[in-house]
Amino acid sequence: MLRHLAIIVPAFALSAKAAPLDFNLDVRPLLSDRCFICHGFDQKARKAKLRLDKAEGAFARRENGQAIVPGKPEESLVWKHITHRDPDEVMPPPDSHLTLNDAEKALIRQWIAEGAEYKEHWALLPVKRPEVPNPTGATVRNPIDAFVANRLLRDHLKQAPEAPRRALVRRLSLDLRGLPPTPEEVEAYLNDKSPGAYKKMTDRFLASASFGERMAWPWLDAARYADSNGYQGDRERTMWPWRDWVVDAFNRNIPWDDLTVWQLAGDLLPNATLEQKLATGFLRNHPINGEGGRIAEENRVDYVMDMTETTGTIWLALTFNCCRCHDHKYDAITQEEYYKFSAFFNQTPVGGGGGDPQTKPVLEVPTRNRLARETILKAELAATRSELMTLEKDLHKNQAKWEKSRRTSTPKKTWTVLTINSAQAGKQKLQVLKDGSILASGENPKNDAYTLSTETDLAAIGSMRLEALRHENMTGGGLARSDSGNFVLTDFQVRVQPLGEKATPFKIKSAQASFEQNDHRIANAYDGNGKTGWAVYEGRNVDRDHEAVFSFGKATDISARASVIITLRHDSPHANHNLGRFRLSVSSDPHAKLGSREASLQEALAVAPDQRNNAQSNLIAGTQRESVPRWATLKKQIEGKEKAIKDNLKGLPKVMVMQDMDKPRKTYILNVGLYDKREKEVTAGTPASLPAFKEILPRNRLGLARWLVAPENPLASRVTVNRFWQQIFGIGLIKSPENFGTQSEVPIHPRLLDWLAAEFVDSGWDVKHLLRTIVTSHTYRQSSRVTPATLEADPANRLLSHGARFRMPAWMIRDQALSASGLLATRQGGPPVNSYQPPGIWAEATFGKKKYSPGTGEDLHHRSIYSFWRRIAAPPMFFDNPTRETCTVTTSRTNTPLHALSTLNDTTYVEAARALAARANREAGKESRTQIQRAFQLVLARPPSPEEQDILENIYNRAQVRFTADPKATRQFLANGESPRNSDLPEPKHAALATVCLGILNLDEALTKE
Amino acid sequence: MRSSTRNDKSTKLMNPASEQALHINRRHFFGKSAGGIGTAALATLLGRDGLAADTGQKEVPAFLRQIAPKAKRVIYLFQNGAPTHCDLFDYKPNLQKLHNTAVPESYIGGKRFSTMTGNASGKLLLAPVEPFKQHGKSGAWVSNFMPHTAGIADKLCFVKGMHTEAVNHAPAISFFMSGAQLPGRPTMGAWLSYGLGTVNDNLPAFVVMTSVSKGTSCGQIFYDFYWGSGFLPTRHQGVKFRPAKDPVLYLSNPNGMTPPMRRELLDDLSRLNELKLQEFGDPEIATRIAQYEMAYRMQTSVPELADISKEPKEILDLYGPGVHESGTFARNCLLARRLAERGTQFIQLMHAGWDQHNSLTTELYTQCKDTDQPSAGLIKDLEMRGMLDETLVIWGGEFGRTPFLQGKMNERKRWGRDHHPYAFTIWMAGGGIKTGQSYGASDDIGFNAIRDKVHVHDLQATILHQLGIDHEQLTFKFQGRHFRLTDVHGKVVKGILA
Repeated sequence: MLRHLAIIVPAFALSAKAAPLDFNLDVRPLLSDRCFICHGFDQKARKAKLRLDKAEGAFARRENGQAIVPGKPEESLVWKHITHRDPDEVMPPPDSHLTLNDAEKALIRQWIAEGAEYKEHWALLPVKRPEVPNPTGATVRNPIDAFVANRLLRDHLKQAPEAPRRALVRRLSLDLRGLPPTPEEVEAYLNDKSPGAYKKMTDRFLASASFGERMAWPWLDAARYADSNGYQGDRERTMWPWRDWVVDAFNRNIPWDDLTVWQLAGDLLPNATLEQKLATGFLRNHPINGEGGRIAEENRVDYVMDMTETTGTIWLALTFNCCRCHDHKYDAITQEEYYKFSAFFNQTPVGGGGGDPQTKPVLEVPTRNRLARETILKAELAATRSELMTLEKDLHKNQAKWEKSRRTSTPKKTWTVLTINSAQAGKQKLQVLKDGSILASGENPKNDAYTLSTETDLAAIGSMRLEALRHENMTGGGLARSDSGNFVLTDFQVRVQPLGEKATPFKIKSAQASFEQNDHRIANAYDGNGKTGWAVYEGRNVDRDHEAVFSFGKATDISARASVIITLRHDSPHANHNLGRFRLSVSSDPHAKLGSREASLQEALAVAPDQRNNAQSNLIAGTQRESVPRWATLKKQIEGKEKAIKDNLKGLPKVMVMQDMDKPRKTYILNVGLYDKREKEVTAGTPASLPAFKEILPRNRLGLARWLVAPENPLASRVTVNRFWQQIFGIGLIKSPENFGTQSEVPIHPRLLDWLAAEFVDSGWDVKHLLRTIVTSHTYRQSSRVTPATLEADPANRLLSHGARFRMPAWMIRDQALSASGLLATRQGGPPVNSYQPPGIWAEATFGKKKYSPGTGEDLHHRSIYSFWRRIAAPPMFFDNPTRETCTVTTSRTNTPLHALSTLNDTTYVEAARALAARANREAGKESRTQIQRAFQLVLARPPSPEEQDILENIYNRAQVRFTADPKATRQFLANGESPRNSDLPEPKHAALATVCLGILNLDEALTKE
Repeated sequence: MRSSTRNDKSTKLMNPASEQALHINRRHFFGKSAGGIGTAALATLLGRDGLAADTGQKEVPAFLRQIAPKAKRVIYLFQNGAPTHCDLFDYKPNLQKLHNTAVPESYIGGKRFSTMTGNASGKLLLAPVEPFKQHGKSGAWVSNFMPHTAGIADKLCFVKGMHTEAVNHAPAISFFMSGAQLPGRPTMGAWLSYGLGTVNDNLPAFVVMTSVSKGTSCGQIFYDFYWGSGFLPTRHQGVKFRPAKDPVLYLSNPNGMTPPMRRELLDDLSRLNELKLQEFGDPEIATRIAQYEMAYRMQTSVPELADISKEPKEILDLYGPGVHESGTFARNCLLARRLAERGTQFIQLMHAGWDQHNSLTTELYTQCKDTDQPSAGLIKDLEMRGMLDETLVIWGGEFGRTPFLQGKMNERKRWGRDHHPYAFTIWMAGGGIKTGQSYGASDDIGFNAIRDKVHVHDLQATILHQLGIDHEQLTFKFQGRHFRLTDVHGKVVKGILA
C-alpha cells in the first residue's frame, strides 16, 4: 500500500479554505518544499540574503520593500514574485524545476492576508494532552476512536464496523506475539461472551513470553543488530546476549525512558548493574570495518557518526546525516550542532584499527541458561553450607563427650622407626638421612623399585607405617621428581627373614592412608597389579606429607635380629612417579592408626581445653568432624558446587559495550565529514532549536539520554508512539518515522499523535499500556474490508477509515508457518542458529571464506529472531527486511515474484506444509475434508467457506491422483526438510494434503495480517 | 531505434497484447464492483511499470519524454578493484622515459592516497609492464595485455579523463553505482527500473551477475548495495543471478513437485485469492495474483535464459573458453546478451580481482585474459545482431592505479600500483556513443586528468541521457528531500555523443 502514499493530495493543494489557516498544517509544508532550499536555514545556500522560515527574515525591511507584509499580500514581495510573469523574476525560478500552482498561490495569499502568523514547526512544539472530541454517532471505545472518528467526519466518512471475532483473534495474536493463535485460543475467545473477553485476551497475549520476541524484531532493525561485523572479513561477533536482553526487557515491560537511558548510557549510571551495562551494546551494534588499508581514525569517526545518527533517528527523528557536511537545508540543525551532538559519543576508548569483532570495552555476559544454573547452584551451595553449619554446631555441643571417648588412657609410643641396613634402587641412589628417612637421587627413571633391608628391636610386628616426606630436591618441594611432586606406589611388599632362613612374605590385611587420589587407592599398592597404585595428587603440586599404615591383622613374633625386607615398586604408566623421600616404622599393634596424627591428637586431648593452642583445637575439632561420614560428604559437595559455579561462568560471550575515557577526547567540526579535515573544536551539546540542556544534567551520554526523555522534550514520545503505531497499522501516523523535520508530511492526525504521546509519558512510558490502549480501540478493531468507495476516499488508509491490512514481514510469515505446523522450537534466546538457506550465498559473498552449514534438529525451527544475521549477506528468506548496515526504522513492503518463489519453494515452507498436514491428520480424524479444514484453521483461525473448501479439495484430489501415479515423486516430496515424516498417513495422501497446506501457507490471506 | 522516441513507452503500455491483458484483468477482478476500483488499483496492476504506477499515472510522465532515447538498455561491465589505466589504455611515452625516477612534486600537491601508499612523495614512476601499439583506423593506443579489445578499438570510445572522489573500493564503487559513497542510495539500474518500468513480463528489468578471476589473491566483496534500490521501492533493486543451479533464488520447484502439479496448485491458489479479492477489495491481492504468475513464468524463462546449449559454436567462441563454465565473466557476458535480447534494461556485470597492489607482472595477465576476449566478444555479438546501436555498453572500474610503483623496483615479481582516483580510463560502446575516439586526457604521466575531464556524476548524467532521461528530472522524495542519481551535480558529456 506504500506506493499509494505518493498520490495523496496534500492539504495545501486544495483551494483557499474558509477557516483561518494553520501555519504548521497548511502553509509551512508548501514554503518548505518550494522556498526553503534557497530561503531557509542553510546560510551557505541562502540566496538574496532572504530567509522565509522565520518571521524576522520574512518581515525584515529590504531595499525594495518587505518579503511579507502581514495582512497585505499586495505589498508583499513574495506575492509579487510568485505571480510574476517575467521568467527572470518569477519564484521559484524555472531552473529549480519547482513550481507553485494557482491553488497553492491562493493559499499563500490567504495566509498573508490573515496576518502571516509564524509558528514553530509542529514537532518541536511541546506535547500538550489535547482535549478529546465528542463526535456524534461514533463508536468510541477510548479516546483514539474519538480523534479518528472526528477526523473522518471532516471527509464525510464513517468508521468501519468491527472485524469478525476470528479475524480479531488472529490479528491480535500476530500483532502482540508474532504468531497465529492456537485453535484452542480461537475457541476460547469465540465462546467467551463476557464484555471483558477481548481485553482478557489482550492481557494474556501481552503477558506471553512470545511478546518480547515479536517486539524485538523492529528494534533489532533500528539498532542495526547483526551477528557479524560487516565489510570485508565480516567476522562473527557475540552481541546476542544483548538481543536476548531486548526480548527480556520488552517482556518485563521496562519503562521506555529507562530503556532509553540504559541503552545510551547504562554504564554511566551510579552503581550500574550488569544489565544496565549490557544495554549499552545497543550503541556498539554498528558495523566494524576490518578492510586492509583503511585508516583507523577514519573508521573510528565513522563509528561515532553512526552512533550519532542512530540516536538522532530513533529518538529525535531528525535527519542528522545531512549535517555531516553542511547546515541542514530544512531543519534547524547546524553542522556545528551535529558535531556537538557527536561529541557525546566521541569519548569511548574504541579505536578504529583492526576488525576485532569483540573490540574493547567488552562485557562478559552470562546467558539466561547459565544464570539460571548459577541461581540453582548457589541455592544448593547455601543449603549444603547451612546443613554443614548445623552439623558442626551439633558436633561442637558434643565435643567434650567425644573427646572423652576418643582419648586413650595413656598416650604411648606407637611407632618405631626401622633401622636401615641396606637400601637399593634399580636406577637411583638411595641415601639414609639422619631422621631415618631415605632420599632418592641420581637420574630419575620412568619406573624404579627400591629394596630395603632393615632390622628392629621389636619382638612382634602388627603394622607398618610408610611416611612419604617432602624434600627440596623434589618437584616443587613435593614428594617425588615427577611433574607434580606426586608418586604412584604400585607395589608394597614386606618379608621377614630370620637369620639364616628364607624370607617369608607378610600378608597385608588392610591399609589406610592420609589421602587417596581418586582411583589411586592405598589398596592398589598391595593388590598384585603392577599398573595400579597409591597416589596423593590433590589438584595442585603436592604440598604436604602423607602416610600409609599397613596392617598385618595380628602381631607376629619375630625372632631377634631377623631382617625385615621391604620392597617398593613404581611400575605405573605415569612416568617418573618414584617416591623421593620416605621413612618406615613398625608397631606391634595390628590396629595402629595413622601414626603422627593420632599421636598429635592424643597429645592435644591431654591438654585442658582452655590451654590448647589453635592448631590443637583445630586438630581435635577436625578429627571429630572427619569421624562423621556426613560431614565429609557435605564438605565434598561444597567443594564441587564452588567449582561448578566458577566453571559455569567460564567461556562467556563477550558483548561490546560503552565506556567513556577518563580524559575526554576533543571533537572538531569535520569539513564535508572527512575525518582528517578538522576545523573548529566543539564541546558536547544539543541543537539550539530543541529544549535546553539543563545545567544539572551531566554533559555526557547520561545527560544526553536524560535530556532525550525529559518531559519538556517533544520528540522522543511522539517519535516512539509513532513507531509502535507503524508496527501495528503498517504505517505511522506520521508516515516517515525517521523524519519529523519540516520536510515530513503535514500530520493527518496531529491531535491523536499528541494524545498518545501524552498518555505514553503520563503512564510512565509504559509500552504495554500504550499497546493495550491502541489494540483495544475500535479503530484497531475495525474490519479491513474495503469497498471501491472507501478505497477512493482513503486509498492508503491514512484516515484510518478501516482496519489495517498488509503483507506481514517475512520473519512473521516464517514464524507463522513453523507455529501452525507444530515445528516451532520452544527454546528462547541463546547463540544464533542457521536454518535452511540455499547453498553458496555466504561463499559467494566472501570468496569462499565463509561456508553456511544449516543447523540440525531444533536449530532449524527456532523463531526467526534467533537466525544468524550475516551483515554482508543477510538471510535471503527475510525478504524486504533492512540489511542492518545502518539504523532503519522505515518498513519496506514490496510485492514481487521473488517473494512468491521463496514461500512456494523454500524448504522452510515445504517442510512446514508437510508437518502441518501431519498435524491436521493427527488432530482431525481420517477424512481429508476435516483434515483440510483443520490445516486451514491452524493458519487462518477460521474454517474455509464452502466455495474455498471445494477448491482446496480440488487441490487435494488432483495432487493425490498425481502422487499415487508417481511414488518416487511422492517420496521425494515428503523428504523435503530434515524433520522426520512422523505420520501414519499413507504417503500419497500425506503428499496431497501437504500440497494443500503449501497452498494454504501461500494464500494472500495467510501472508497478510488483515 | 533512432526513429523511436519516448512515446514508444506509452505505445508499449497500450500495445494490443497488454491492453487486452489489462482489460481481462480489470473485468476479471473488478467486474463485480460497478465502476471499478479506480486509479489506485489500476496503478497496482501496472506495478511493473515503476514511476508511472508510483505516481498513479497511466503513462510515463511528460518530463521523462523530452529527450529522444538513443539506447534501450545498458550493459555495464564493471571491473571491481580498479584496472590499471597506466598499463592498459592510457599510453604515456613519458612514463617510459621517467621510469625509476621519483614522481615530480608538482603532480602530487597534497593529494590523498590509501594508507598503503601514505605520502606519494619520492615514489618511483613505473613504465607500463607491456608495450602499447596503435590499432584500427582510429589509431587507438592499446596495450598488448588486451589484444581482443585492441581488435575492436574502432567500435569503442575511450574516456581518458575520468576522475572520482573516493580512494577505497566499496565507497568508490557505491559512488559509481549510486552517486554516493555511503550505502543507501538507489543504484543506476534501480533508477531506470523506477523511471522506465519493465519491457519483458517474464524477466526483471534490472539484473546483476558477478564473477571473480581464477587465481586472484586479492578479491573485493560484492556488496548488495552495489545494486540496491535505496529508498526506492525494493522491487526496483537488481535481481542477482547467481552462478549456481538456481540462477534466481528459490527458482526450482521443491523436490517431488512436478511442473504440472505446480501449475495446478497455482491455478487453484489463484482462484482462492480471487475469492478473497472479491470479498475484501484490496488491490494488493490483485498484484499478488499477478506476481505469483510472474514467478511461475520466471521458473521457465530464467532456466531458458541460462540454457546456452543452443548457442552455435562460433558464437560461443567469440566469448572465449571461459564461456563453457558457469559463473565466469565470459558466461556472464553471453547471458548479458541473452538478457538484452529478452528486454532486460539494465544488466550489471561485476568482475572482481583488478586490485594489483603487487601482482602487475603475474595476476594482471590472468585478469586480462579472463575479461579481454569476453568483453570484445560481447560487442561483436551485439553488433552482428544489430543490437549494438541500441545497447549502451560500458567497461571500467571504480578508479585507476598510480603511475608510480608500489613495491620495490628490483623485485619485478611483486610490482604493483596503488589506488588512484585522479585519472583513469573507461570505455563505452554502442547506444549513441561516438566511437573510434579517445575523449579527454590525463597529463604526460597519467597522474591527473587535465583535458575534458569526466566526473562520475557526469558519466551518470550521460548514461541517463542516452536512455532518454534528464538526470535532473528523475527524482524521488525521501526524508523530505528530492533525491537524484547525480546528487546536485553532473553534466551530460556532449563530446562523446554520436
